[in-house]
Amino acid sequence: MIYEIGNGSLDSIKAFGIGFLLSSDWIPNPPNGGPPILGALPSIYGSIVTTALALLLAVPVSLGVALFQTELSPRKMRTPSLFLIEMLAAVPSVVYGLWGLLVLVPFMRDYVNPQLKSTLGFLPLFTGPTTGLGMLTAGVILAIMIIPYGSSVMREVIAAVPRSQREASIALGATNWETIRTAVLPFARTGIIAALVLAMGRAIGETMAVTMVIGNVARISPSLFLPAETIPSVIANEFTEVAGNDVYLAALFELGLILFAIAFIMNLLGRVIITRLSFKVGRESFA
Amino acid sequence: MNPLLSLEKRRKFSNGFYIVLATACFFVALVPLISILYTTILQGASALNYAFFTQVTPPIGGVGGGILNAIEGSVAIVALASLIGIPIGVFGGAYLAEYPGKFAYYVRLLSDVLTGVPSIVTGIFIYELIVATQHRFSALSGGIALGVMMIPIVAISTHESLKLVPSSIREGGLALGLSRSKTLVHILLSAARSGVITGIALAVARVMGETAPLLFTALGSQFMMTSLNDPANSLTLLIFDFGTSPYENAHTLAWGAALILLLIVLGLNMVVRAASRMKIKSTE
Repeated sequence: MIYEIGNGSLDSIKAFGIGFLLSSDWIPNPPNGGPPILGALPSIYGSIVTTALALLLAVPVSLGVALFQTELSPRKMRTPSLFLIEMLAAVPSVVYGLWGLLVLVPFMRDYVNPQLKSTLGFLPLFTGPTTGLGMLTAGVILAIMIIPYGSSVMREVIAAVPRSQREASIALGATNWETIRTAVLPFARTGIIAALVLAMGRAIGETMAVTMVIGNVARISPSLFLPAETIPSVIANEFTEVAGNDVYLAALFELGLILFAIAFIMNLLGRVIITRLSFKVGRESFA
Repeated sequence: MNPLLSLEKRRKFSNGFYIVLATACFFVALVPLISILYTTILQGASALNYAFFTQVTPPIGGVGGGILNAIEGSVAIVALASLIGIPIGVFGGAYLAEYPGKFAYYVRLLSDVLTGVPSIVTGIFIYELIVATQHRFSALSGGIALGVMMIPIVAISTHESLKLVPSSIREGGLALGLSRSKTLVHILLSAARSGVITGIALAVARVMGETAPLLFTALGSQFMMTSLNDPANSLTLLIFDFGTSPYENAHTLAWGAALILLLIVLGLNMVVRAASRMKIKSTE
């Protein structure tokens, strides 16, 4: 797989070298008929910003969901609550995209963005026209999509914290929350970091929903309201437009290669942390 | 005021505060689910009529029409994917469970990692491997792309369910003089059957909802296909194409397709989970 994609991107690597990663121009068909000028920086920037936004929104919520499901919910609600979050994970990403485009985008345009603009408009993050299509909306929809994933990994590691830890803390007279904070969370910290890394790998590779709501413009701007693009959204949008333009096609392959490398490393890292962890606390608690 | 009492109050308050916060997180996470289900059912139901199931998609901007070609394409592509993904996945998973060792450990780690590889990367991989060499987009390449995605998912679930089979059953088979591979096929896989089937059903549901790998393989089409070498439409490609177009009629068809897709995918998930839950109860 690496070989095939690497092979496909050779032309672009030859043509642009390391500059591919650093240039912000994206002109596949220059008006003067010259060779295409392609730089991956806008899409890399878009990927980083939307992923960071998604994590910022999703991590606290995922942790809350995981804690609710493992430590707090009444026993009767546990199964239905797991079931509902599983359903959230099962919704296909293109359906998220459709919902995002036709429900979330108007909602962001009419309510959330104007509100943010009027209260936090002095920050460059919240300036410019609010069409609803843009990095903020993409970040929100990514957050929704990774919550079930992040919370299920966190739930696993929290459930793996030995009972004795909790019992000791409760025996000392700690409240529920104090037990979570002092006995459960420190024990589960490494696993929660692994969950974060895995969620990041997922968010960075998510294609359809992001493509449908981000607006797809190759531009680097500080405002979260403005349309942008991410690595997968560029590939999804432009792959069928490249006919005959070999360097352009190769550049998209190179983007795919970059994406593959990032996602591969994230997943490997997350998995290795988790397997190490499961050896540490004993296999049966994970089964 | 007694300082001990105020400390007590503070602890009680922060305890209550964080419990409410975590509970609120859970309900906040459910809001999008409810909203998605609500709008899809509401908008999708209005799209359902006789023509919706019996006609092919109209040209972008056209009126009326249905999604018959998308249903046909989805079924064909997923069936092809299952033909590739299920056997390789099941036997791969069986290998992981039956012949553990350093190699198997790395294969398992790789499978775990592969399930996290963005599906669009699988799409361009198959494009380079098949579409570019055959010089045509086809349902066949779409099926292969989804099949490649299914392999690690099925392998992992097979591995996990075989691990749960008690070793006494395995030893029983070997003690009867069966070879290791016969024990595996006739005894272990049938003991782990329900787990394996669950994994397969979830994998089918998962690839049914995939769009990104189909963009440059099956491509999408307005017509019924006459052979697997034709480009094909799918429910997901239709939702993407029509959802992003500016036309009201196209949106209606997209919502209708989304409703059908959700019914299939969530339906499969629910049935499988309910069945495995019942199984756990009955063995307890």
